[in-house]
Amino acid sequence: MNEIVTPKSLGLSREDLPNSYIGRSVPRPNARKLVEGRATYTDDVTLPRLVHAAFLRSPHAHARIVSIDTAAALAVPGVVRVFTGADLAKVCDPWVAVLAHLKGMKSAPQYPLPLERATWQGEAVVAVVAETRAAAEDGVAALAVAFDALPAQVDMETALAPGAVVIHPELGDNLVFTRTAETGNVEAAIAGAHKVVEATFHTGRHTGVTLEPRSIIADYNRADGTLTVHHSTQAPHMMQNVFATQLRMAEGDVRVICKDVGGSYGIKVHVYPDEMAVACMSKIMGRPVKFIADRFEAFGSDIHARDHRIKGRLAVDAEGRFLAFDIDDLTGIGPYSVYPRTSAVEGNQVVNLCGGPYAFDNYRCTTTVVLQNKAPTSQYRAVGHPIATTVTEGLVDLAAEALGIDPVAIRRKNLIRDDAYPCTSPAGMKFEGLSHHASLDKLLEMVPVEKIRADQAEQRKRGVYRGLGFASFIELTNPSPFMYGIGGAKISAQDGCTVRMDPDGSLVALSGVTEQGQGTEAILAQIVAHGVGVPVSKVKVVTGDTQTTPYGGGTWACRGAGIGGEAALQSAIALKEQILEVAGAMLQAQAASLDIVMGEVVDKATGQVRMPLAELGRIVYYRGDTLPKDLARELVQTRHFITKEYPFAFTNGIQASWLEVDVETGMVKLLEHWCVEDCGRVINPMLVDEQVRGGIVQGIGGALYEHCIYNEDGQLLTTTLADYLVPMAAEMPDMHVGHVETPTKESLLGAKGAGEAGTAGAPAAIMNAINDALSPLGARVLAQPFTPDRILRALGTIA
Amino acid sequence: MKWPAMGYARVESLDELWQVLDAAGPEAQILAGGQSLLATLSFRLSEPSGLIDITRIAALRGVSVAGATLRIGSLTRHAELGRDPLVAAHAPILAEAAPLIAHPAIRNRGTIGGSLALADPAAELPACVVALDATIVVASRGGERRVPAADFFQGLFTTDLQPGEIITAVEVPVATPASRQTIVEVTRRSGDYAMAGLAAVLAMRADGTVDAARLVFFGVGSGAEIATGASAALIGAPLTRATIAAAQGALADDLDPPGDLHGGPELKRHLARVITARALDTFLASAEQAA
Ligand SMILES: Cc1cc2nc3c(=O)[nH]c(=O)nc-3n(C[C@H](O)[C@H](O)[C@H](O)COP(=O)(O)OP(=O)(O)OC[C@H]3O[C@@H](n4cnc5c(N)ncnc54)[C@H](O)[C@@H]3O)c2cc1C
Repeated sequence: MNEIVTPKSLGLSREDLPNSYIGRSVPRPNARKLVEGRATYTDDVTLPRLVHAAFLRSPHAHARIVSIDTAAALAVPGVVRVFTGADLAKVCDPWVAVLAHLKGMKSAPQYPLPLERATWQGEAVVAVVAETRAAAEDGVAALAVAFDALPAQVDMETALAPGAVVIHPELGDNLVFTRTAETGNVEAAIAGAHKVVEATFHTGRHTGVTLEPRSIIADYNRADGTLTVHHSTQAPHMMQNVFATQLRMAEGDVRVICKDVGGSYGIKVHVYPDEMAVACMSKIMGRPVKFIADRFEAFGSDIHARDHRIKGRLAVDAEGRFLAFDIDDLTGIGPYSVYPRTSAVEGNQVVNLCGGPYAFDNYRCTTTVVLQNKAPTSQYRAVGHPIATTVTEGLVDLAAEALGIDPVAIRRKNLIRDDAYPCTSPAGMKFEGLSHHASLDKLLEMVPVEKIRADQAEQRKRGVYRGLGFASFIELTNPSPFMYGIGGAKISAQDGCTVRMDPDGSLVALSGVTEQGQGTEAILAQIVAHGVGVPVSKVKVVTGDTQTTPYGGGTWACRGAGIGGEAALQSAIALKEQILEVAGAMLQAQAASLDIVMGEVVDKATGQVRMPLAELGRIVYYRGDTLPKDLARELVQTRHFITKEYPFAFTNGIQASWLEVDVETGMVKLLEHWCVEDCGRVINPMLVDEQVRGGIVQGIGGALYEHCIYNEDGQLLTTTLADYLVPMAAEMPDMHVGHVETPTKESLLGAKGAGEAGTAGAPAAIMNAINDALSPLGARVLAQPFTPDRILRALGTIA
Repeated sequence: MKWPAMGYARVESLDELWQVLDAAGPEAQILAGGQSLLATLSFRLSEPSGLIDITRIAALRGVSVAGATLRIGSLTRHAELGRDPLVAAHAPILAEAAPLIAHPAIRNRGTIGGSLALADPAAELPACVVALDATIVVASRGGERRVPAADFFQGLFTTDLQPGEIITAVEVPVATPASRQTIVEVTRRSGDYAMAGLAAVLAMRADGTVDAARLVFFGVGSGAEIATGASAALIGAPLTRATIAAAQGALADDLDPPGDLHGGPELKRHLARVITARALDTFLASAEQAA
């Protein structure tokens, strides 16, 4: 295991290593197409007889649908047809998003369009199909829908109180799920502690703003009974199953094609009722229907996330050792759990991850997941991680302050030792191998702490308040069926790759993982080039087509490199063996005495070129008559990979933020940011660094800017990019990224996930830095986003 | 959302504009840089019968000085405002304001005429022209009229423009050696509309005595808000920390800000006080600045 040549193992620089692409910053082959506008997003696909859908969306957070008058809409030029919930329910079964392993979880059946009631503002209620999107919108404007507004349950804090509006009366109450994990004796640990710190944190409801909005074309062909869906999605195979199941079709009659995707971040891994409606309408009409969400619709109907209130206590002894974490998490998830991953996983992750980087004995964490009349929430990049990290790291800093210990020192004292693995956390997470101390050491090589502290002291004298904050974190990657499969969801944790050699010696790799713009295809090409022994330019990668790629899970929970990459490596190695078998027969040599280097079969011992792959291909494909009759000559191999030893491959890291708070305006200026993370084997350092930076930026978004703000009536107030503030380049600090590499032993490749580390740790590092800056003024902020308003309130400047 | 169906005409001269305006009727709208209008069309907030594109009218372009007046054509783009040497010399606050407006792509298209006609309460340029005591030149088929900037703005997205009228230019009294001009704002991100902003134009003698002061706020009310009390508190005495504090104190009566997504009225009042000091501190005698 893990005996893969790397520059390090050979003592060479990455650039000097011949025939190896693992660990090299190879430019992404698909970047140029994206930059030149030659990508194929779903909206770029046009089909004969295509019609366009637009939706009338509920203006109320909660309302009974009294009547729908479609006459005027049908009279609008270009309008083809209008569909209501009842129309679509005839061809589509409702879905209920629960997972069996989340015990006691409940949710209500959801239809493509609601039958009787709208339960959040922005929920699609009626669909209009027309020759153009503009005409469809004209049709929507001409619809006459009478609503009877009902009292809305907006505040999650009152969702379970007597007198709450029960959103789905058949469920009895608004409780979706609750779980308590308990290890040791928390009460006793707290009673005997030297100090107990406690605080209540809020993470703000926000969403993942994808550059390309949700997009779908469903094309039902009556002639052969097939449904082809062009879809901007992370998980084509999962969606194939969903479309087939809900529309009562055979899975094999559904094909999902997903070409370029303009960002997903978890937003595009869910079943959206409006997208299901599009599939239903195509099935009914027998013609292709396109729906591209606009930004306004995106804010009101893409999943939101992170709407949590978390109370936490941390008990420490006199030396600053952690005795117990006691956490109580509450989250509001909207009116339905989202299919099929459910909306309970985020809260469940909080239970799994709190205290994660540290060694301690007593743990209690409860999550309570409730319904409310707001847009549904579900998995968004780094699901639950930024929440758990915020609580954990916020409490750690409080404990350090209470004991008068340095924030770095208290972490060093409590982080799980690097030689303690394998081990299991109090929350029950199994760790194969982490590197908290090595990561902290590396971080301290990068962050000039002494210089920063001196500057901080100097600046304070001049009334300038700067702060340094740290946040250790763990990240759950390479998920096994323990994530969803065991709960009954048809979500593949396994992934596959087929690699074939064509006559000219070029390779095609077909993979079940998908490209969302993050560079998956680039690393797959690197891995295959490395595994077979060809220049990376000779590898073409195909993803995103359920009919041609091996079955797989797609992009989620950081698995492209760790799972899809290993499948690619194994199939590449198998193909290489096959090629060498054939070469051996042609060259009358032992296959084992040959190798493939940069597209040529060479003598392993001398490196002497024996035959270019193009020549081998020519003979196999055109002059097979010259080869021994019984020679196996299939230049194509498929391998699948699934992790078996550990439910998840955890990664770890630590971040630091250095910032300045303008205590007059409450504005935060980010000065510098650091992250050291350990994603195991780094395949493409440039792509990993950019994943980390992009992740940090989304973490900064949650910490300082992004917020889905609702009023008391459940009206979303942040519906444009002028009101919903995404982090922008001008405000971003320089971000320094470092790595420690602890490869997982579960695979030859040794890669774990790297996509969520940045997001997991950034908000907590920023919170701690702000509170460090404010500490001389006796102010503290614990509710994200940390807006000028909240900071000025904490300072007592405004009431 | 997609724009509603509508007509489009591009005119080359004012004469042609009057003809097209007559033919199009009151439902047609003037299109300049399009940076506000086109966005609102995408929300279907208005459904004009047609757009009349004025960007080819040469008479609306250019920056020039005649006597004590700087004339800025209404089609002057924000980006041009930011780099024009005449603007920098004679109305430096406008050059200082330009980079605060949105982002480069928007500044390359957005025009001063469009910004003034729109009268967004958080926009920089309306406050600047009021602080400069500029004159808005408007024209219609019937001829031209000149409106003092302070009278031109009449509240939230409301101006003195009458149907059939357009803004042709802004006339600004040129800066003198006594002029002190600056603009300060608080935004969540660079390029955002201001949470609170202040355009300050003062006339100061060599000994520091303030002869005239116009403190005009934006983002804290229904438009460009002249802070009369605060301005008055500065006049007639040398500028000192004490007079600045008096001006800050007077804001309580000058401003009645509404809340918005950033926070309530108290936040805005507080920020207005902060930026008053930040703007005026730059004009303090250097001895006092250091103190
Ligand atoms: C993302 C974004 C951020 C922005 N941020 C800011 C900001 O921070 N500060 C700021 O001040 N602005 C901001 N803007 C607005 C920008 O400055 C606009 O350019 C400006 O408000 C309108 O100018 P325009 O030439 O684009 O006008 P248009 O959009 O073409 O027109 C706006 C209105 O003015 C009318 N109009 C235009 N010209 C005339 C004329 N000569 N006479 C009579 N009526 C006319 C039009 O009929 C229309 O009603 C922002 C815009 C965007 C898209």
